[in-house]
Amino acid sequence: MIESRWDVVVVGAGPAGLAAACMAAEAGRRVVVLDENPQPGGQIWRGEDHHWIRRFSASGSTFRGACTVVDQPEPGVLHVVGRNISYHLRFKRLVIATGARERFMPFPGWTLPGVVGAGGLQALVKSGWPLAGKRVVVAGAGPLLLQAAAFFRSRGARLTCLAEQTPLRRGLSFALRSGKRLQAIALLGRLCDVPYRWSCWPVRASGQERVESVTLRQGDRMWTEPCDYLACSFGLVPNTELAQLVGCELVDGAVRVDEQQETTVSGVYCAGEPTGIGGVDLALIQGQIAGCSAAGSLQRASAFFEQRARWIEFRARLQAAFALRQELRQLPDPETVVCRCEDVPLKEIRPHSCWRSAKLQTRCGMGPCQGRICGPIVEFLFGWKVDSVRPPLTPVRLEQLVNRGSAATADRHDSHPG
Amino acid sequence: MTADVIVIGAGIVGAACADALTQGGLRVVVIEPSLAVSGATGAGMGHLLILDENEAEFSITRYSRDRWNQMAMEMPSSLEYERCGTIWIAAVPEELPLLKQRCAFLQSRQVRAEILDSQQLAEAEPNLRPGLPGGLFIPDDAILYPPAAAGWLLKRAEQRGAAVLTGKRVTHIQAWGVELEDGSRLEAHHVVCATGMWTPQLIGGLPIQPRKGHLVITDRYPGFVRHAVMELGYLKSAHGRESESVAFNVQPRKTGQVLIGSSRQFGVTDARPESRIISSMVQRAIDFMPRIAQLSALRAWTGFRAATPDRLPMVGPVANRPNCLLCAGHEGIGITTCLASAGLVSAFILGDRPPLDPKPYAVERF
Repeated sequence: MIESRWDVVVVGAGPAGLAAACMAAEAGRRVVVLDENPQPGGQIWRGEDHHWIRRFSASGSTFRGACTVVDQPEPGVLHVVGRNISYHLRFKRLVIATGARERFMPFPGWTLPGVVGAGGLQALVKSGWPLAGKRVVVAGAGPLLLQAAAFFRSRGARLTCLAEQTPLRRGLSFALRSGKRLQAIALLGRLCDVPYRWSCWPVRASGQERVESVTLRQGDRMWTEPCDYLACSFGLVPNTELAQLVGCELVDGAVRVDEQQETTVSGVYCAGEPTGIGGVDLALIQGQIAGCSAAGSLQRASAFFEQRARWIEFRARLQAAFALRQELRQLPDPETVVCRCEDVPLKEIRPHSCWRSAKLQTRCGMGPCQGRICGPIVEFLFGWKVDSVRPPLTPVRLEQLVNRGSAATADRHDSHPG
Repeated sequence: MTADVIVIGAGIVGAACADALTQGGLRVVVIEPSLAVSGATGAGMGHLLILDENEAEFSITRYSRDRWNQMAMEMPSSLEYERCGTIWIAAVPEELPLLKQRCAFLQSRQVRAEILDSQQLAEAEPNLRPGLPGGLFIPDDAILYPPAAAGWLLKRAEQRGAAVLTGKRVTHIQAWGVELEDGSRLEAHHVVCATGMWTPQLIGGLPIQPRKGHLVITDRYPGFVRHAVMELGYLKSAHGRESESVAFNVQPRKTGQVLIGSSRQFGVTDARPESRIISSMVQRAIDFMPRIAQLSALRAWTGFRAATPDRLPMVGPVANRPNCLLCAGHEGIGITTCLASAGLVSAFILGDRPPLDPKPYAVERF
């Protein structure tokens, strides 16, 4: 098995990870950044020419794309797997910046082709999927809805409805009081002719082979909107699996960190969405603090504390404003599939007392996604705590679980960073 | 009196005891400190097989396997029962005589068994590496999904009036019943201790030790493996007392997934999967089934077997513990043998004729 040693290993090349890597590398540390995507930037800056990406390229950090951490074979060592590689990385400090994933909401028809995550559809379109002339309904909660809608429109989609489950009053007061006022107004301006409905959510998607229409509810009114795509975005879920695997404590579903962004495991730092969904600005600040801390520059880290406090306040307002409404819990009917990997409907899960019991008896959460999608769903529906993670963190070929290889391969790999 | 019998532990052994005792008309309460089937039952492979290292192991596995097969018609589909058979593989020609000896023994006891030559073996399991010398095929061995099997046995007991209390920890076993952690007491004529590797916490001085095992499961590849396939060397790993061993052992799940084992470790209490062990276990599987290397692994996990020095369970009365019966120590074959053990327990309590000679499993043998 290939071994290589680094002062700082950063997992995740989104805003938090890039900021951390820059700070640590600029302080003279040997830094490597790992990401599942072939290019740095994360979900948010993928394919963009962002100044943080340029700064990262100039920082002296090494980037390794198209790979993922699957296990921690021993403290201080990560097992990394790519398409045709499998090796161990030894670190002195680890920065976890694994970002977040979309939260899905089950309702009848949500598994029909054409019912997609708004973020997933954006990624698809960015990689060339045609959307021109397609009728798209965007539904869910939070500021990402607006962003997604504006993006779909820019690629020629016909936005027929934008359904935001949040009441207008809460959304408006958030927008007006946040530092994002201008951004929100600009986005709304680009969408001014789209029916924008507040306190509105999908109750059913219908269609034969794929989605043909969505039934929406707003107050007592229900109507059916024809569409080619229903793009849903019910907020984000922190990716805490790697943090859990290395032993970090969670609090309310997010990684617990101290002032230095250090987790409950010494030498392991966490920044951005895994510490709580707060958006790109907080991620950048936290990333810089984590990078400074990991490099031992505590003084420099403290310069960002005040800014961080402001964005943490923003995070609290964001989470309160777009909290999911209880009515959404009533959306799935007994036959609605909750676990898509294993095809487990709600009626089979409901009789259980906890996640472990449901898992053991129904296989809910035991498929390829390992509960990444249905775990947050059952947390929301039943208030269950989703239990510990198991290696490998993502599916890998069996041969990649075998510890073999040679130092020669290690050298070859390290001489071709990025 | 709360009940005729209190069964401590809602793993598959406790569930089988509750099932057998309620079938005998007794009022049963099952008490489980955690969640039903959350111990070794929830972690195991679910192989129903005959082992024949000695007469006692043969009797208990044979009786139990045949009972499971008889019950197959009544089982709900969620148990994923499948009579796929077991193939034991000789890795080298020197192992063939032992295979033949086992085959002759099983046949002499009216157990269906046959020797596969190298070509028959390759036809039976095309993904095995070519050129293996041969195998022993036991067609009536089967597999099932243990948590669902235990859940079904418990449900049957409940339908006959048993109560299952989860989240309640027994702290002491007394002649009149049990004391719980919350200070309350439950009375019964008999207490059955079906607590697997946790048994020494309730009854001191028993030679039951945790023996850690790892398993890996793949994504769905229907038909990749057709039988429960094990190397003959598995017996050495299972019966040996080495602190650490791995053996090739794969199973086709009804879902099309491939379940890969197995490992055995003494002296480890940390439940976290160890990549070192997984690595050698998977390597062993690749040695026998080269193409398995390309399959996608979804998850690895561990469990603890309750191991006794002679690998046979401890079933029966406990010295100086009036009205207390032990039913624990089933090592890696509790999913199979729980039915015989439960039959013994209910025969002890009801005074019936035991389904098999209880002596080899008696608690006082150590």
